[in-house]
Amino acid sequence: MEAGLLDVRIWRGGDEGAFASYRVPARENQTVLDVVTEVQRCFEPSLAYRFSCRVGVCGSCAMTVNGAPRWTCRTHVKRVADDGALTIEPLRHLPLVKDLVSDVETFFDKWTQVGVFEGTATRAEPPAAVAPTSRERAAADAAIQCINCAVCYAACDVVGWDHDYLGPAALNRAWTLVNDVRVADRHGALERAMGEGGCHSCHSHGACMEHCPVGLSPTASIAGLKRTAFWSLLKGRAA
Amino acid sequence: MSERHLYALQRMTALVMAPLVLVHLILIVYAVQGGLTAAEILERTQGSAGWALFYGLFVLSAAIHAPIGLRNVMREWTPLKGRPLDLTMLAFALLLIVLGLRAVVAVVGGGG
Ligand code: SF4
Ligand code: SF4
Ligand code: FES
Repeated sequence: MEAGLLDVRIWRGGDEGAFASYRVPARENQTVLDVVTEVQRCFEPSLAYRFSCRVGVCGSCAMTVNGAPRWTCRTHVKRVADDGALTIEPLRHLPLVKDLVSDVETFFDKWTQVGVFEGTATRAEPPAAVAPTSRERAAADAAIQCINCAVCYAACDVVGWDHDYLGPAALNRAWTLVNDVRVADRHGALERAMGEGGCHSCHSHGACMEHCPVGLSPTASIAGLKRTAFWSLLKGRAA
Repeated sequence: MSERHLYALQRMTALVMAPLVLVHLILIVYAVQGGLTAAEILERTQGSAGWALFYGLFVLSAAIHAPIGLRNVMREWTPLKGRPLDLTMLAFALLLIVLGLRAVVAVVGGGG
């Protein structure tokens, strides 16, 4: 590496594209998203990438950085650069649109496939009283802070092998629905989560948990789904 | 049969097989160390309802357990899905039952 310069390789084009190399000045407190932005502003105006909040809230900036999926706005170059070298690719397991932009439609489709929130009460009724210490609320709380970044989805090998697999984020979401006492059809959420391509396809190998930038454990949520499915079967519940 | 049923069956047969595998391994070591000949082994097993039950249960558990695992592997590594996948799993289970029970009959049947 030349002093003060980063060797940056960025994927350009679609599936048949290739890497392009850039020399980007190394700066203090520089994130990977800063580097991509600098490349686009200074060298490659047509470079496509996605971001919004830049503070780790919106979940739109995930890319593959030196082989691992990461939220780029909160990933410091210092922490991930390999002797000043950065290789930046689109997220895995999603169709590529172009450059660093993957098509996240299947990811969100699977997310809604497990069910959306439909409550038992209407707006006219007083808010439900849910004890924060209850076992179910604690389980839902532990999994609720997902920012939909698809990092876990890109990290999961099973998603790569079985395209029908719902994946860690959707199943993690299902676990919050199953444990939310305000949800009208919790049983339906469990049923959808344990269908074909559901929780039973998970290998529990924890890559999702390892990479989740906000520290969630879809692995634990999926284990919870499997446990609940197992006991409901033994207790003789139909679905 | 749903994914949940298959998962439960696979776990429960694992539970059944764990002690059976242990006894089976101990038995092998015992027979080899003791220098038992095939004829001496058959003498002990033939006509024994206990060994018939032991290995019969073993074969049935394995014939349920292994095809479910194979189905998971095939779903990930081959284009097989849905019915063809389930039929392949069933065929493999039947094969294991036939081969396994034949072996059990050969060990405990006859003689007496
Ligand atoms: S634990 Fe399950 S969901 Fe998470 S990466 Fe592994 S297989 Fe995928
Ligand atoms: S579980 Fe974590 S890695 Fe997966 S989408 Fe949510 S925030 Fe991102
Ligand atoms: S830009 Fe919003 S999380 Fe990175």
